[in-house]
Amino acid sequence: MVIGLAHYLVVAAILFTIGVFGIFVNRKNVIIILMCVELILLAVNINFVAFSAHMAEGAGNNPMAGQVFALFILTVAAAEAAVGLAILVVYFRNRGNIAVENIDLMKG
Amino acid sequence: MLVAISFYLLAAVAIAAAFMVVASKNPVHSVMYLILTFFSAAGLFILLGAEFLALLIVMVYVGAVAVLFLFVVMMLDVDFVEMKQGFLQYLPVGALVGVVLFIEMFLVGAAYFSGEPTTVVERDPNVSNLEAFGEVLYTEYAGMFEAAGLILLVALIGAVVLTLREREGVRKQNILEQNARTRATGVEHVDIEPGQGIG
Repeated sequence: MVIGLAHYLVVAAILFTIGVFGIFVNRKNVIIILMCVELILLAVNINFVAFSAHMAEGAGNNPMAGQVFALFILTVAAAEAAVGLAILVVYFRNRGNIAVENIDLMKG
Repeated sequence: MLVAISFYLLAAVAIAAAFMVVASKNPVHSVMYLILTFFSAAGLFILLGAEFLALLIVMVYVGAVAVLFLFVVMMLDVDFVEMKQGFLQYLPVGALVGVVLFIEMFLVGAAYFSGEPTTVVERDPNVSNLEAFGEVLYTEYAGMFEAAGLILLVALIGAVVLTLREREGVRKQNILEQNARTRATGVEHVDIEPGQGIG
């Protein structure tokens, strides 16, 4: 029984859906939303690596490209988490809570 | 066969843990499940033949991002009553995560060393994943590699700038002032009367 490309794509699709679902469902905690964004990026990474593993080497296309891109996505995800959490800390300092419902009130 | 079993287990755990990230009420539990998700994804990456990325995921996500999340969750959590209830309440979740992590590590190791082909496209067995990675990362993608470093630098400075606050009553070092200090500004001549002292 060979685990093919489609298997990995299905897993990535489910993870992506859970991430998007979490963003919509969550109404109380912004941190969970940030975690959901990480989940979505992870799903994208799985897609990249799966395609990289199933890509034949040929003239002008190196299968490692997918994995290199996954590395860059990892970098961006880490940066995004750092800045997002910093914003969250500042927001908590101003407001005293991190409820999503009030976040669209622009009055500081 | 071992690869297939590993794949289904890892995928099931990753999806279940991802769902629990969204579903669990306690944000600390969510972070734990997030770690489990990333660990399972790392296992999937090993099955795909991307060992370097798998280790990188564990290092960056579990080692840095998840700990950062945990810090912020613990720091910001408004519901302090729940936090004070102690260690024992996290024990079942922690034990579950630990056991599942161990089984996954065992299965991935067994699948990796069994010699079963893991990818559909055959790779040169003499070139390791890390070697292939380094060959393109520092040549073909050198510019983007630098850009990634720049992004991290910007994020670093941005996070510091966002969270830094000036507080009243904090003594800070002013190096310019220190270096510009002369005898005239630093020493004061006081003429003390006998028996009086400096009031």
